[in-house]
Amino acid sequence: MKTEDTFRIGIDVGGTNTDAVVIDSNDNVIAKTKTPTTPDIQSGISAALDSVLNGLAESVDRITHVMLGTTHATNAILERRDLNKIISVRVAGPASHAIPPLFDWPDELRDEVLAGEVIVDGGSELNGQELARFDPEHLSRFLEQIDEEIDAVAITGVFSPVVPDHELAAKEVVNEVLGDLPVSLSHGIGALGLLERENACALNAALLSVAARIVDGLTGALETKGLPAHAYIAQNDGTLMGLDYALKYPVLTIGSGPSNSMRGAAFLTGVSDALVVDVGGTSTDIGVMNRGYPRESSSPVDIGGVRTNFRMPDLVSIALGGGTVVRDCADGFQIGPESVGFRLLDEALVFGGSTATLTDYAVAAGRANLGDSSNLKKTSKNLEEVFVRSDRLLAEAIDTVKVSRSAVPLIAVGGGSMLVPDDLPGVSEVQRPEHYEVANAIGAAIASVSGQVDRVYELSGSSREEALQQASSAARDEAIAAGADPDSTEVVELEEVPMAYLTEPVIRVRAKCAGSLAVN
Amino acid sequence: MTNVPPTGLGPSELSDLAVGCAVLAGGGGGDPRVGLLMALHAVSETGPVPLVQLEDLDPEGLVLPSGMIGAPTVMVEKIPNGAESKVIRSALEARLGKPVVAMMCLEMGGINGVLPIAWAANAGLPIVDGDLMGRAFPEVQMCTPHLHGISAWPCAIADERLQVITYETRDNVWLERLARNTVSTLGGCACSSLYPMTAAEAAVPTIRGTVTTAISVGSAIRTAPEDPFDSLGEIIPLARLLTGKVTAVERRTEGGFVRGSAVIEGTGVDGGRSLTIEFQNENLVALENGEAIATVPDIITLLDSHTAQGIVTEHIRYGQRVVVAVFPAPEQWTSEAGLAVVGPRVFGYDVDYQPVHGTS
Repeated sequence: MKTEDTFRIGIDVGGTNTDAVVIDSNDNVIAKTKTPTTPDIQSGISAALDSVLNGLAESVDRITHVMLGTTHATNAILERRDLNKIISVRVAGPASHAIPPLFDWPDELRDEVLAGEVIVDGGSELNGQELARFDPEHLSRFLEQIDEEIDAVAITGVFSPVVPDHELAAKEVVNEVLGDLPVSLSHGIGALGLLERENACALNAALLSVAARIVDGLTGALETKGLPAHAYIAQNDGTLMGLDYALKYPVLTIGSGPSNSMRGAAFLTGVSDALVVDVGGTSTDIGVMNRGYPRESSSPVDIGGVRTNFRMPDLVSIALGGGTVVRDCADGFQIGPESVGFRLLDEALVFGGSTATLTDYAVAAGRANLGDSSNLKKTSKNLEEVFVRSDRLLAEAIDTVKVSRSAVPLIAVGGGSMLVPDDLPGVSEVQRPEHYEVANAIGAAIASVSGQVDRVYELSGSSREEALQQASSAARDEAIAAGADPDSTEVVELEEVPMAYLTEPVIRVRAKCAGSLAVN
Repeated sequence: MTNVPPTGLGPSELSDLAVGCAVLAGGGGGDPRVGLLMALHAVSETGPVPLVQLEDLDPEGLVLPSGMIGAPTVMVEKIPNGAESKVIRSALEARLGKPVVAMMCLEMGGINGVLPIAWAANAGLPIVDGDLMGRAFPEVQMCTPHLHGISAWPCAIADERLQVITYETRDNVWLERLARNTVSTLGGCACSSLYPMTAAEAAVPTIRGTVTTAISVGSAIRTAPEDPFDSLGEIIPLARLLTGKVTAVERRTEGGFVRGSAVIEGTGVDGGRSLTIEFQNENLVALENGEAIATVPDIITLLDSHTAQGIVTEHIRYGQRVVVAVFPAPEQWTSEAGLAVVGPRVFGYDVDYQPVHGTS
């Protein structure tokens, strides 16, 4: 054994459990734990660290990196908790007056977050030409009459992913009038689609204090444990961002959980193109992994009733998990959708409880070996029918996310993955890797760093290949800026969409590059 | 099927209208969402937009058929100012010397089935229960007045800077050419009013009742107690060609069109069958074993197999569960003259129009 070996810790804070793993430099899992998630960030992370480091012989000095995936930002929005008071500035006049900023937000969330909104002249056309001259006086006048206390400002300019200049100019005005206040700029956050990008940018500004708390909680926990490690936070595309980036773009942490478990599944099996089925206590997420990364959704994603267009894994979720309740009814039995959730260890029959769950059926059918199977008389009568139906629900959901008719491998992860049968239509083989139950924390621990761009190119002056090349190269620069090792970056996603009803050929290109973490 | 026209379009009618427009668009016309949000904002300030029949209007008053032209995907980023309809109205009133008494939708599909409601509200006008396509089409001459010798000009285009350009062209080819170049110069999308007509002139070409139909379609889908397809079939004749899954989709840009095709493989009772849908912005033909089994001008739309919501061609993707639905074309388009303008041969397919048989 090497004496100078180094370690990484991956932590995934989920709704019910916080999972943590320690991985060595050869990517072996050398410790893993599950602890209950706590409301307080720092104590939860500390508890997970304590638990996973407990019994680890090596000195904590050898731990070089800690990666955290967390649902705190999501919960802050869903529960309308700890959110900033913001101003939303749109730089798009004379366009866009027909729909005011944050028009489609739920009233409750808008009242909680928004202190004022304004549309000022400026922005770009799709070819990069100026839409209108930016109007700094109008913005100053608006900001000067705000009498509420403001925590942050969100700025969204029309076609800012093409030309961000007016967003940057607006930020200067904000800082001149309101002082050194945090400002979120939309071109770093979302893709094309003004309203969805503006929504994501405003949510981001509202989350900046939550981000500061996550980062403080993580660094505080590391300091208390005397861990000198570099810390990173997982984002929704399955890659990492440094803490300084996370402080600026907290909205990108939303949805990191499913991405982490898919990346973890890829890592544990060595398979880079597969379906991944993550079975938890209450629900099952099914996604597609292409070249080791989750396929992203092309349709808009709602967060707490707000429509956004930023990158999220394309998942199908069904209400089927280890804790799903199976009850008798008039015409036989019914599977879910209720679940005993985290009370599984008290309520399931095999654990001495009185509720028949899918876990009990799995034990009765020999799919799992858990608890005390002598408590299972109640489950035996519909045994086959229950699994015929639950397997069919899984098979239908799996078929929905598949991209082609050919059979593909499937990786089953998560605490409830014994529910996944060995034979599924359209699936070449079912892989059940070791450490499947902490795949998400492993996904965080092994994650890479990425950069992404979404640009529009007019093809009159340049060729399609040049456009794709330019987009790829811009994505690579973004990845390196985010901390990727320049030698290891590669294009992991390149998508072109032609734009309809235009005379000149115009394409929109989305490119993503990812690479391993640069050492220091 | 009793589609009683509502008297005005408020938030609930508008939401239904947007759903209906995605169904009746035949895959084209863009996502109605931006149009819906514009209309919802407009009526939140003005109150519901009155829905009128042509006979309710002064026969000598002008009706302005309107819609956005250019790329709906640009409008999703560069949203209109909102006052475009006011400046278009003034320009055409001055040019034609008659007062404008109502707006109308140019097409009843996609974003253009909803946007004109916002413009009507902003210009203080009612909206006519009808349109000039009865679905969505890509070109200026694919409007019913063209079949009756009514010209699209004088007409007007306005941008978000509230600049108005009016056209006095001599034929549709030049209008199409000049308008497309204007839109390109203006940044990819603009607002337009074409085929201005008096209410009396509009009586003949206008396809009647389509706003009411689209609202009823949307309402049927959104409030369906059981199978939304059953509810939909009670509102409008519906043929379901196939229920299946998208297994291939291919797109390319050619001359301002997104052309391509999608393959839908049957599932369940349709297992073993496969359809290819060819589209040029809109879905144009459905092929089975190389034979056309449905063609334009019938409305071919992919509907989500669970919700019956319409899927626009830009959003077709692998793995979607869909029903390939066909709705009959408005009668004016199935005449010989109509097919010469919007039949499958116009779009480059060497097949005859195949009317939908056996509606369910």
